[in-house]
Amino acid sequence: MSAEVITTTGLTKVFPGGLRAVDGLDLAVRQGEIFGLLGPNGAGKTTTVGMLTTRVLPTEGSAVVGGVDVVAQPARAKQAIGVVPQTNTLDRSLTVWENLYFHGRYFGMSAKESRAATDVALQRFRLADRATSDTITLSGGMAQRLMVARAILHRPRILFLDEPTAGLDPQSRLALWEILGELHADGQTILLTTHYMEEADQLCDRVAIMDHGRILALDTPASLKRSVGADTVVHVTAEGDLDGLASLLAASVEGATKADVVEGVVQVYLRGANGVLPRVVMAAEGGGFRVTDLSITQPTLETVFISLTGKDLRE
Amino acid sequence: MTAIRSASFTAFRAQLLRDAFVLRKTLRAFMLRTVMQPALTVFVFAYVFPRIGQGIGGDGGRGASDFSTLLVPGVMATACIFQGIQAVALPMVQEFGFTREIDDRVLAPLPVWAVAVEKMLAGALQGVLAALVVFPLAAVIPATDVHLSLHWPLMLTIIPLGTLLGAGLGMAIGTTVESRQVPLVFSVIVIPMTFLGAVYYPWERLEPIAWLKWAVLVNPLMYMSEGFRASLTKGIPHMGLPYIYAAMIGYTVLLGWLGIRGFRRRVIQ
Repeated sequence: MSAEVITTTGLTKVFPGGLRAVDGLDLAVRQGEIFGLLGPNGAGKTTTVGMLTTRVLPTEGSAVVGGVDVVAQPARAKQAIGVVPQTNTLDRSLTVWENLYFHGRYFGMSAKESRAATDVALQRFRLADRATSDTITLSGGMAQRLMVARAILHRPRILFLDEPTAGLDPQSRLALWEILGELHADGQTILLTTHYMEEADQLCDRVAIMDHGRILALDTPASLKRSVGADTVVHVTAEGDLDGLASLLAASVEGATKADVVEGVVQVYLRGANGVLPRVVMAAEGGGFRVTDLSITQPTLETVFISLTGKDLRE
Repeated sequence: MTAIRSASFTAFRAQLLRDAFVLRKTLRAFMLRTVMQPALTVFVFAYVFPRIGQGIGGDGGRGASDFSTLLVPGVMATACIFQGIQAVALPMVQEFGFTREIDDRVLAPLPVWAVAVEKMLAGALQGVLAALVVFPLAAVIPATDVHLSLHWPLMLTIIPLGTLLGAGLGMAIGTTVESRQVPLVFSVIVIPMTFLGAVYYPWERLEPIAWLKWAVLVNPLMYMSEGFRASLTKGIPHMGLPYIYAAMIGYTVLLGWLGIRGFRRRVIQ
């Protein structure tokens, strides 16, 4: 197993007013992996990243990032990290090129080194033709690329991205995924937060599913999906007592492992998908229910989240 | 530990470099906002008034010349306060209101308090420029003679101290008020400070209005005006130097501390 570059023990943040945004988090992120924190808004993902990047003071517990205790030695910890925050924090008084150049200088590069690193980064992130532009003229996707370029300019051991693709158009999202994939191939350790399950599924080596400041499950996306104990999920929309329908289907459909009601829809988890839809309809109608809609999917990280929390990932 | 100290120092220097770079880039706007206020004050009080024979020193003779002379240091002190508001407070309000541009500098390898100190130092350096701009204005605009006599040791301590005080005030205000309260900053803080800051009269001459003479002692600009007057003029009364220095140092430390505390609170949750 590779070395751990982030470890937290009992990391907790209670905001004034009593909100426990993060509650006793124990986490270990390994060198070179893309680690995802997946959860709905308000799950504590951003607060977690805030604590790991010195901008939120933990109420309890400890966090060691790149071998440095972030609470005891924040200035040293900042040398080891690169951060892409949720909002555009580019320096509006500077051009695209100058944003990178001065970032390099803040991190101790000489003028010559920083100039060279800036030129290379602009090429790599396909921003060279915008070098002299003001940052406010950049599109959302370009601004995000520039923020990633800036965050890795000083070669941090760990790159943090907080909801990196929120608000990006699909094309820019794919472009960013590609960039993150390249960085990963170069051995860059990345911790990202997201509430898009596809993003976590596609990009991450390991995913921690968070809700209410706690980690509910942590594993590779494949293992998480296997943990549901089913290879097929059938969504049944029907009229009448849905809880009754759920128990009926769980008991009477062959291969069903369990069934829940989520947001007015019965979800039946099954092993073996052959001919499953007629069996579900027959069982439901045999119990006197009128099925109005039916769909079939494979388990996703969203399914995992639902089976853990009984609620939808979107809001 | 020494390695990180030197990295912090490098980051601090680089941030000063960034501010100097941005100042050079926006020099025209800086000059406009810096020159306008003192130029108009000197123009109205030291050119128009004597020429039209109105108001204070309106006899066009010695009185007018005396007034111009005592006005110039007051205008310089005001320039330092304005610079503190314009170069530090307003950008900070904007920063914490929505742009959050300073994030990248906060995430550089130096303590957060040092980022605040850098911002104040950069503001103070702009304050020095703003104070120096008053000299040519005072030489060119007034219709009467302005008799400045420079006391170098005083000047070389009072000007840096005054500009730091202005920057500290800017940081304290900028990290406290919300963007929608900015108009209030001018009506509740800046305007009373300048009108009651011994800018247009030496503090001692408030003798006939005893309550006012005592009330203005809370105003840091008052000590700055008196200090600049002591550094730049001869024969015009000013408060005793120990009081001026003590108050200016005290206010600089207090406002600087409030500013750093406010900055930390805004940056670290």
